[in-house]
Amino acid sequence: MIGQYLADGIVLGSTIALGAIGLTLTYNILNFANFAHGSLLSWGAYFGLVFVMAFAGVQGGTFGPLSFGWPFIVALVGAAVLTSGLALLVDWLVFRPLRRSNIQVALVFASFGASLLLRNFIVVFFGPEPRYYNNSIQITREILPGVRMTPDQIFVVALAVVLVVALHLFLTRTKLGKAMRATADNLALAQVTGINVQGVMRWTWVVGASLAAVGGMFFGLTVQILPEMGFNLVLPLFAAAILGGIGSVYGAVLGGLVIGIAQDVSVMFISPAYKPAVAFVIMIVVLLVRPTGILGEKK
Amino acid sequence: MSGVISYLVFFLILAAIYGIVSLGLNLQWGYTGLFNIGVAGFFAVGAYTYAILASSPTTNHLGGFDVPIPLSMIAAMIVTGIAALIIGFPTLRLRDDYLAIATIGIAFSIQLVAMNMQWLTGGTQGLYNIPQPLANTFESNFDYNLFFLAMVLIVLLVVYIALERMVHSPWGRVLMAIREDETAASSVGKNAFSYRLQSFVIGSMIMGLGGAFYACFIKYISPQDFQPVLTFQIWAMLIIGGSGNNRGAILGALLVWMLWSGSGTLVQSILPASLQVKGGAFQIILIGLVLMVTLIFKPKGIMGNRRAIIPGAKQAP
Repeated sequence: MIGQYLADGIVLGSTIALGAIGLTLTYNILNFANFAHGSLLSWGAYFGLVFVMAFAGVQGGTFGPLSFGWPFIVALVGAAVLTSGLALLVDWLVFRPLRRSNIQVALVFASFGASLLLRNFIVVFFGPEPRYYNNSIQITREILPGVRMTPDQIFVVALAVVLVVALHLFLTRTKLGKAMRATADNLALAQVTGINVQGVMRWTWVVGASLAAVGGMFFGLTVQILPEMGFNLVLPLFAAAILGGIGSVYGAVLGGLVIGIAQDVSVMFISPAYKPAVAFVIMIVVLLVRPTGILGEKK
Repeated sequence: MSGVISYLVFFLILAAIYGIVSLGLNLQWGYTGLFNIGVAGFFAVGAYTYAILASSPTTNHLGGFDVPIPLSMIAAMIVTGIAALIIGFPTLRLRDDYLAIATIGIAFSIQLVAMNMQWLTGGTQGLYNIPQPLANTFESNFDYNLFFLAMVLIVLLVVYIALERMVHSPWGRVLMAIREDETAASSVGKNAFSYRLQSFVIGSMIMGLGGAFYACFIKYISPQDFQPVLTFQIWAMLIIGGSGNNRGAILGALLVWMLWSGSGTLVQSILPASLQVKGGAFQIILIGLVLMVTLIFKPKGIMGNRRAIIPGAKQAP
């Protein structure tokens, strides 16, 4: 029984981890807790839906046992691009003017407002009812004794692993990635050494929003697409980022998996209705015991 | 004509209740710089505590203690204060963002409890027949609402005067000193954490009182009443009215509630029936836009304290 919950938790954890990476990057480089990050996941899922619907007439076929074909892959890329554009637009319209005035908490509050606005624009454009990329029902297969997963779920976990490895290579091997780490570490010093901090900030949005878009589509593929999905995911995202040590990318991945698994395993003990509150309880305990998180540095 | 007046009374009662909540938030944010975005959660705790204690016995949920109304109001404040202690204790030592994250978390969790603990809160069906003071002494509904308005206005005035005295006392000056420069306040021997916690708990208790009055006036509460949108509205009231100024908090409550109800009526009259479901979304977008514009162009609001927000005053510890 526990094996099944672990497997489900890893699938949910993949979504949370991808979202938490972006959250932790914006926290570290732009220096504020972005409550609108959850809405980027929702918008990513809906942008993906637009692409999937646009390709509905095209004979895409499906990849073996997966429920989707090429259109979904195109949608993943398209959603990442459009969500990055949206994040840059929100940054330009809302956060940039406030960043200049250097009122840190106003930024956080503006992000809370932006998250509500972004969610309600979804209701206006797409309506409040749940949507799906595909209406067919997938049969679960036994991958280990007592553990059943759908091919889509396996795809989600595999692609999440690929993206995290790619991000690791990006941050450690490329010039831009190194510049991002330097800026996160010490903004003033990065500026002095000639790093284009504005450019780094823009790329932070692009990387964070792209991962959020993919995370949102993962959630849409394995659960459902809803206007409030991102808002409901904000708490698990923050819990994951705090648990991992806010600012640490690898901590965010680890935290995402832990939160995802904890939420699904909790079903063995408490009503599934309280799944989202599990993230909250873990977060409060971490703040009490070790405010810097597992992989966070003491400041 | 009488319809307009009775609507006006109804409107003012709710504006005054939101004014109380906005004053509670002003103590936390305006005077102490505490970033609480779980207002709806504390409001809900007050509303549910009042409803459960004051109502008559029922089989639908826990409750029916028939506790006298004033005692239920006080209990609502105390229970809300305890919720604030639980959140404030682990987070008020950390950077502001952590309090924001924790308060949104508790608001979310309270809503989950309200929706799912059927035995305690009546679940999604909510609680009804919530008792009102002196409910049977007035002949018409309108007369009763007039009485209720007078009562709420008196409570609003009492809270206002109490807060004015508090913030202009030495205690209040310490709060503002911590808000402006924590290091300086600590260097003269003030325990910033303790003052923050006091301000956070008292502000939350006032929010709980507002929630109790809301339950008492509407007579019916359900989880729908305590969505994050409520937090957003109260924040809009404080920011547009001017944080760091108690009169600004009340003025903001009146203005934003006017804008909200007005746009609701407008949306209902101009939108075709097929788009009515989306009406609420349009209202939120409107308030959001007004708020964003205020934040960007007039961050101190209409009556904001000159020193309500000092750039760069809040830094990581």
